[in-house]
Amino acid sequence: MSSVKTLKINGKDVSARTDDTILQVIREHDIFLPTLCHIEGLSAVGACRLCLVEINGSSKLRSACVTQVEEGMEVVTDNERLQKYRRMILEMLFVEGNHVCAVCVANGYCELQWLAERLGVDHTRLIYLHPDKHVDASHYRYAIDHNRCILCARCVRVCGEIEGAHTWDVAGRGINAHVVTDLNTSWDSSPTCTECGKCVQVCPTGALFKKSRAIGEMAKDNHFLPYLKTMREVNKNDR
Amino acid sequence: MTAKVSLATVWLDGCSGCHMSFLDIDEVLLNIADRIDLVYSPLVDNKVFPEMVDLTLVEGAVSSEDDRAKIIKIRQHTRLLIAMGDCAVTGNVPAMRNRYSVEAIQQRAYVENADLQRQPPTSVVPKLLPKVQPVHNVVTVDQFLPGCPPPSTLIRDVLLALLAGQKPTFAPRFG
Ligand code: SF4
Ligand code: SF4
Ligand code: SF4
Ligand code: FES
Repeated sequence: MSSVKTLKINGKDVSARTDDTILQVIREHDIFLPTLCHIEGLSAVGACRLCLVEINGSSKLRSACVTQVEEGMEVVTDNERLQKYRRMILEMLFVEGNHVCAVCVANGYCELQWLAERLGVDHTRLIYLHPDKHVDASHYRYAIDHNRCILCARCVRVCGEIEGAHTWDVAGRGINAHVVTDLNTSWDSSPTCTECGKCVQVCPTGALFKKSRAIGEMAKDNHFLPYLKTMREVNKNDR
Repeated sequence: MTAKVSLATVWLDGCSGCHMSFLDIDEVLLNIADRIDLVYSPLVDNKVFPEMVDLTLVEGAVSSEDDRAKIIKIRQHTRLLIAMGDCAVTGNVPAMRNRYSVEAIQQRAYVENADLQRQPPTSVVPKLLPKVQPVHNVVTVDQFLPGCPPPSTLIRDVLLALLAGQKPTFAPRFG
């Protein structure tokens, strides 16, 4: 079997490795596709649905980060329908949490905010839910503000797959879902957390932050992201 | 066109920061002074909203019965309504009270944290609505200008575009 597949992205012929996801091919060709849960090097979970693409003109949209390429596939990454869905997803993320950017540590450094700007969200048509969410500031260095968590599970994956600590998990379902440390206990009492800070740095929003940061100061330190894939492979071989 | 564009600015539940940002467009205000008529604003003396205004900038969320009555009336007498700033666009900080009841908030503010006259106001102060709302949840908004406050350069560009009869195109930060 050939190890190369050919497909079309936005009408252009491209080739891909058999086990590539559509997102990988799209990124290799420098085509813009919004993503929030995805980070190269961590397992793909398809949680945010922002990377929706149209395949072979089908009405069923697929998440590019969890869909494998196929021979002869025709992928469309951008049209009015996709833009409409993506804007709706972002609006839902805003109303389901309590995002008050003006008083957020990540203001100006937040991937959710960047995408809203890029995709032309200037207000939400949905009603804000103002859910009752909490902050765990028990840890002496880090804190989690559930009001700003978009449940991308990046923290869960980086902690489990790279650090190997498995401190984070997602508990609850639907609108009640939230991330927890260990057995839903406070972060300061965690027997697993090594305080490496990776979860804080990969969190796309202001949900996870360093305590010394004030409003608009939580720039994320992403220098280790290019090495995630290698780190993960090393971990796998160690087991 | 020789007729001046009438402009109003309104201050609902906000901190006046958006009005400060509006004033910060400095010399641009002077440059457009001969093209606009500031007919109603916390910055001028007129107490009655005019019969029809071309352009109204609204700062602040809709938090009290007074805010709601005001904005409904203003909408009826405005051609183009602009939500100026995060409080008007999202509810922002004022809406952080939305997860508590009005009673709980008043208890906290006027009883627990007060030294004198420990009771919620019963007259003069407008009654709070159960939930703080962005302006577009109450009336139709024609243009959104997010930011806390929106940068004065953004207010300037939008005003200049509208005065030139163009639809403003810009990508503001949102949230
Ligand atoms: S996490 Fe992002 S979107 Fe949410 S309040 Fe902070 S800056 Fe705004
Ligand atoms: S600091 Fe490191 S070990 Fe602790 S929860 Fe975050 S990723 Fe896991
Ligand atoms: S805390 Fe941050 S990284 Fe973790 S799920 Fe929430 S938004 Fe994602
Ligand atoms: S990036 Fe594909 S679902 Fe989140």
